[in-house]
Amino acid sequence: MPKILINGKEIEFEKGMTVLQACELADVEIPRFCYHEKLSIAGNCRMCLVEMEKSPKPIASCAMPAAEGMNIKTNTAFVEKARKGVMEFLLANHPLDCPVCDQGGECDLQDQSLYYGVDKSRFVENKRDVKEKYMGPLIKTQMTRCIHCTRCVRFATEVAGVPEIGAIGRGENMEITTYLEKSMESELSANVIDLCPVGALTSKPYAFEARPWELKKTESIDVMDAVGSNIRVDTYNWEVKRILPRLNNEINEEWISDKTRYSCDGLLKQRLDVPYVKKENKLQKSSWDEAIAILVEKIQSIQPDEIAGHIGDMINMENALGFKKLFNIFKSKNLEFREKNYYINSEQKINYIFNSTISGIEDSDLILLIGSNPRHEATILNARIRKTFVQKKVPIFSIGDPGDLTYDYEIIGNKTDDIKKIVNNEHEFSKKLLAAKKPIIIIGESALELKSGKYIFETLKNFLLNNNLINENWNSLNILMQNASTVGLLDLKILKAETHNQFFSNLKNNKFKFLYLLGSDNLDFKKENEFVVYQGSHGDRGAEIADIILPSATYTEQNGLYENLEGRLQECKKASYPIGESLEDWKIFNKIIKKLSVQEKTSNFDQLRQEVLNIIPNFSNLNDLPKKEVIKKNEIKADFISEEILVRELDYYYTNSISRSSKTMSECRQIRQKTIKDGTNN
Amino acid sequence: MEVNMLKKEDKIFKNLYNELGWEIESSLKRDDWKNTKDLISKGREWIINEIKTSELRGRGGAGFSTGLKWSFAPKEVGSRPHYLVINADESEPGTCKDRDILRFEPQKLIEGCLIAGYAVNAHTCYIYIRGEYFNEGKRLQEAINQAYEKKYLGKNACGSGWDFDIHIHYGAGAYICGEETALLESIEGNKGQPRLKPPFPALVGLYGCPTIVNNVETIAVVPTILRRGSKWFSSIGKPKNTGTKIFCISGNVNSPCNVEEEMGIPLKDLIEKHAGGVIGGWDNLQAVIPGGSSMPLLPKKICDSITMDFDSLIENKSGLGTAGIVIINKDQDIVECMARIARFYKHESCGQCTPCREGSGWMWRILDRVVKRKATYNDVELLADVTKQIEGHTICAFGEGSAWPVQGLLRHFRKEVESRCRDKPLVKKKLNNPYLVDQHLLENKNA
Repeated sequence: MPKILINGKEIEFEKGMTVLQACELADVEIPRFCYHEKLSIAGNCRMCLVEMEKSPKPIASCAMPAAEGMNIKTNTAFVEKARKGVMEFLLANHPLDCPVCDQGGECDLQDQSLYYGVDKSRFVENKRDVKEKYMGPLIKTQMTRCIHCTRCVRFATEVAGVPEIGAIGRGENMEITTYLEKSMESELSANVIDLCPVGALTSKPYAFEARPWELKKTESIDVMDAVGSNIRVDTYNWEVKRILPRLNNEINEEWISDKTRYSCDGLLKQRLDVPYVKKENKLQKSSWDEAIAILVEKIQSIQPDEIAGHIGDMINMENALGFKKLFNIFKSKNLEFREKNYYINSEQKINYIFNSTISGIEDSDLILLIGSNPRHEATILNARIRKTFVQKKVPIFSIGDPGDLTYDYEIIGNKTDDIKKIVNNEHEFSKKLLAAKKPIIIIGESALELKSGKYIFETLKNFLLNNNLINENWNSLNILMQNASTVGLLDLKILKAETHNQFFSNLKNNKFKFLYLLGSDNLDFKKENEFVVYQGSHGDRGAEIADIILPSATYTEQNGLYENLEGRLQECKKASYPIGESLEDWKIFNKIIKKLSVQEKTSNFDQLRQEVLNIIPNFSNLNDLPKKEVIKKNEIKADFISEEILVRELDYYYTNSISRSSKTMSECRQIRQKTIKDGTNN
Repeated sequence: MEVNMLKKEDKIFKNLYNELGWEIESSLKRDDWKNTKDLISKGREWIINEIKTSELRGRGGAGFSTGLKWSFAPKEVGSRPHYLVINADESEPGTCKDRDILRFEPQKLIEGCLIAGYAVNAHTCYIYIRGEYFNEGKRLQEAINQAYEKKYLGKNACGSGWDFDIHIHYGAGAYICGEETALLESIEGNKGQPRLKPPFPALVGLYGCPTIVNNVETIAVVPTILRRGSKWFSSIGKPKNTGTKIFCISGNVNSPCNVEEEMGIPLKDLIEKHAGGVIGGWDNLQAVIPGGSSMPLLPKKICDSITMDFDSLIENKSGLGTAGIVIINKDQDIVECMARIARFYKHESCGQCTPCREGSGWMWRILDRVVKRKATYNDVELLADVTKQIEGHTICAFGEGSAWPVQGLLRHFRKEVESRCRDKPLVKKKLNNPYLVDQHLLENKNA
C-alpha cells in the first residue's frame, strides 16, 4: 500500500483515498463543513486546508487525492492561519444567534469555531440578511445562517434524486432555495436537516422543543417499514422529542425516511391510556380487571375454532410469541398477520427475505422490479437502488408501473404473461437477465397478492435455481415485505400451512365470533356480530370497531426484537414508558392467562426472548444477516393465470396507526395530495 | 526610435484595425489558410513540438506554455472524444484584444482551431463567447459559415482528412465563466462555478472528456507560427517571453488603442508611441495596471523602466495577465479606482468558496469606507489581512484576482490610504503578533 507522511508520521493508505481520509487514518482531525462521506466532493468551504510540502498554497484536503510520498502538515502556523482565516469569513456573515438557534449544542460551526476560530470579530459592517424560504412542513429555514456548504443541494440531487434544492444568485447574494419555494417531493427530504452543519435548515416540528443536551438518547430500530433503519430516539422525560438516524452502512447508511423521523409526534396523540369496554353501545373507560374478566368470559363461551387473532404491522417477536402461546391456550389455530392474502412459501427462509441484501444491491448489475414500488414500500432501499444506478448505471426494469422512483427504469410489461415469457426464454429481457452476473429480482407484495402470486413466485424461483442465479455466493430472489413484523412472524411459524388461506375467507364470511386484534389496524374487514378485542397503542381503525380495548405500549416504549426484510435480527430498545395504565403486550397476555386459571405457566420477557432466539431459523448473531442455508429444490407447480400486475398505491404518509396519528404526517400527506391534484408534480 | 518597434512584416494581426477587410477573401490575401493542409500533414508531433520550441505562452492571463498544455491531452483517443474549447469570454476590465480578433481576423482564429483541434485529436470545437459580444459572435458565425463554404471546415476540413466542426456558445455575462473550468460548466448548462483541480480539463473536461481550453489570441497566432517557423517567433521578444502580443491601452492616455507589439517592450515606449502619451504628460502618471484589473498596479517609479513581459512583471509583484493596460494619472483618486475594482470583484464572485464569497465584499466595504473617509487606521491593517486570507485559499484564481489589486494598492499607496483614515492609533508601537495565530503556536517554533 502507498505511504503518506502526515505530521511526520508515516501512514499507509488505500489507493483512491483523499488526503483528508488519510489524515483520519493518522488520527489527525481535519475541520470540515462541506465534505461528507456519502456525498460528492464540493471542496468549497475551504475549512480543510492543510499544508503540503512543495506547494506554496495550502491545499483542500477533502478534494486532493492522496499520493505516494506526499508530506502533509496540519499543525503548523501556516495551516492555523488558513483555518482561522476561513473561519473568520464564515462567521463574518453568520448571525451569532446561537441562544435562539435550534442547532445550538450540535452545530458544526459552533464546535469548530471553538477549536479553530478566533474569539473576537473584526467584521464591523452590517451582516447580510437573507429571506427565509418555505421548504415544506418538515424543514424550517433561517437562511441568514447558511454558510453555503451545498450539502443539502448535493443530497437532493444525488441521494434523494429530486433536484429541487439549488443555489441561485452569485457571490454574496448566493442563496440556497427550493426555487419555487415548495416542499421537497421526496421521502428523504428531512435528511438535509441532519446534513446542514449550521442552523439554516432545522426541524420544523421540533422547533424550540428541547436542547440536545437535555435529551436522553436511546439507540433503537425503526418499525415504520420493513427495512429496519437504525435510529436514535431522543426523549425528554417520557416524551419522544425526535428521531434521528444512526450510521449503519449495511442498512440505512446515514439516512432515514421522513416517516421514520416524523411519525414520532404520533406517539403522543390518540393514545389509548386506559382499558375501554363497550357498554350501552358506547366505549367507556374501565379497569384492567373488568376488561380482562369480560374477555375471559367471552373466550370461554365460544368454540376455539371461532376464535381468531390478527397480529399487526409493528409487533415485536416476543409479543407475537406470547400471543401465539395465548392462542395455544385458547386452542385456536386461526392466527394471521398478513393484511392482504398474498402468497408466501414459508418452508424456507430464503423464500420470504431480501436475499441479495440491501448493501448487496450495490454489487448488482441488473435490477428487475415485479409489482413493487420500493420508493414508498421501502424508501431507504430505494435510495440504495438509486445510489447503485447513479454510480454504476445499472439497468433497472420493472413489470408493472410503480410511477416515479427517482431513477430511470424501463417497464418491460405489466402482465403475468410477461413473466411466463421471461421464464420460457421467449422474452427479449431473458437474454439480459441471463447475461447478468449478479441480477436482483425484487418481488413486491402487490404481485404476490394476485391470484397468480403463487405462479409468479414459484416459477421465478425455479427459473433462477435452474439458471444458477440462486447459489451460495449470490441469491437473486428477493421479496420486498412492507411491514416491520412480517419476516419475524414468518420465522415464528405463526402461519400454518393448513390454515393458509382460510383465515381471510372466514373473516370475509364473518365466520369468526371472536376476533383478537393485536396492534392490527390495517385489516380490511367489515364487522358484523364478531366480538372484537383491540389491543394496541392508538385509537385508530382497530379501536373503532372494538368491544374491548386493551391499551399497550408502542415500539419506543418496550424492548423487542424485529427482523428486517433481509432477515437481520435487530433489537428495538425501550426509550420511554408506556403511557397511563397501558402495559407491554406480554404483560397483558399474562393477565389473561392468570384469569383463565388454567395450569399454563405465564412467561416473562426474558423467557420469551430466549425462546424467540431458539426458534429463529439460521440465526447467527444480533444485527447480523442470517446464516446461509442449503437450498432445497422443491418444485411446486402452480397454475398460470393471465392477469395484469398493478402496483398497489400506498398512502405513504398514512401506513400505520402511529403515522396516522401524527400531525406532521398528515400535513405532508395533504401537500402530497394537493400536488397530485393540482398536477404540479410534473 | 523606430528600432524598438515591431516591424510591419512581423505583425501577425495585419488587419487589427479593419483596414483590409475581415471577409474570407481579403483574409486569404493575408496568407490565411495558405498551406494549411501541408501544415497538418506534418503530423501532431511536429505541430506540438513547433509550438513548444516557439515558447508560446498562453495569452489568456496565466501565461502557461501552450505546447506543454497540448501535450497533456491523451495521445490516443480512448472511449471518450476529445474537445477543443476556445475561451472568448473576454471580461477582464481593460481588455479588448480578443474582440478585435473576432471582428477583424476571424479566419486566423478558425484556422488555428482546425490546427489545434488536429493537434489534440479533437473533432469538435466550442467557442465560448461572452454574451455581451453579440455582434462579434454574429460576425464570427458569418466567418465560420464562409469557411464552411470554402470547405475549410466540416468533413475532411481543408482537404486534410480531418473532420472538424466549430460551434459558438454564448455566455450570459458572468466574469467567472472566463475561468476555464467554470466555462466548461457553463457550456454543459450548469451554474458557472469553477471545478476542483485536479483532475485537470486536459484529462477530465467538457462532459468528462479530455478537453483543451485556450484563449482566442493563443489559437489565432498558431497558424502564423507554424507557417513562419518557431525560430522566427522565438526570435521576437525576450527569452521565455517570446513573440508578439496585442496590448490594450486604455485609461488616461491621449489615444487609447489596441496594438500588436513585441513582448518585452518598455511600458513607457508603449504608452508614448502608440497611445499618444499620458494625459498631462508622463510626469502626470500616477499608476498603471499592467495586465487587466486583476493584476496589482504599478506606481510611476516602476513604470519608468518596466518592460512588458511575463517574467519582469512577476519580478515586480505584478503580472502581464491579459495585457490590458490601464493608465491612471494624477487627476484620479487611486483609492476610489481600486474600490471600484473591488466592487466589480465582489459582484462577480461566484459564491462557491468561502474566502472569496465573504472576503470580496468585505474588502469592498472597507475600501468604500476609506473613500468616504469613514475608516480608521486599524482598518488598513485589517484590509491587508483580509486580502491575505483570500489569496491562495480558493478553488480558482479569482481569489487572487480580487485580492491582488487591493494588495497592490496597499503596497504602493499605503500612505494615500492612511491619509484618509481617522483615529490615529493611540499605541504607536506595533505589536508583532499576527492576529490569527495562537500564542502557543508562536512559542513553539517547530510547530
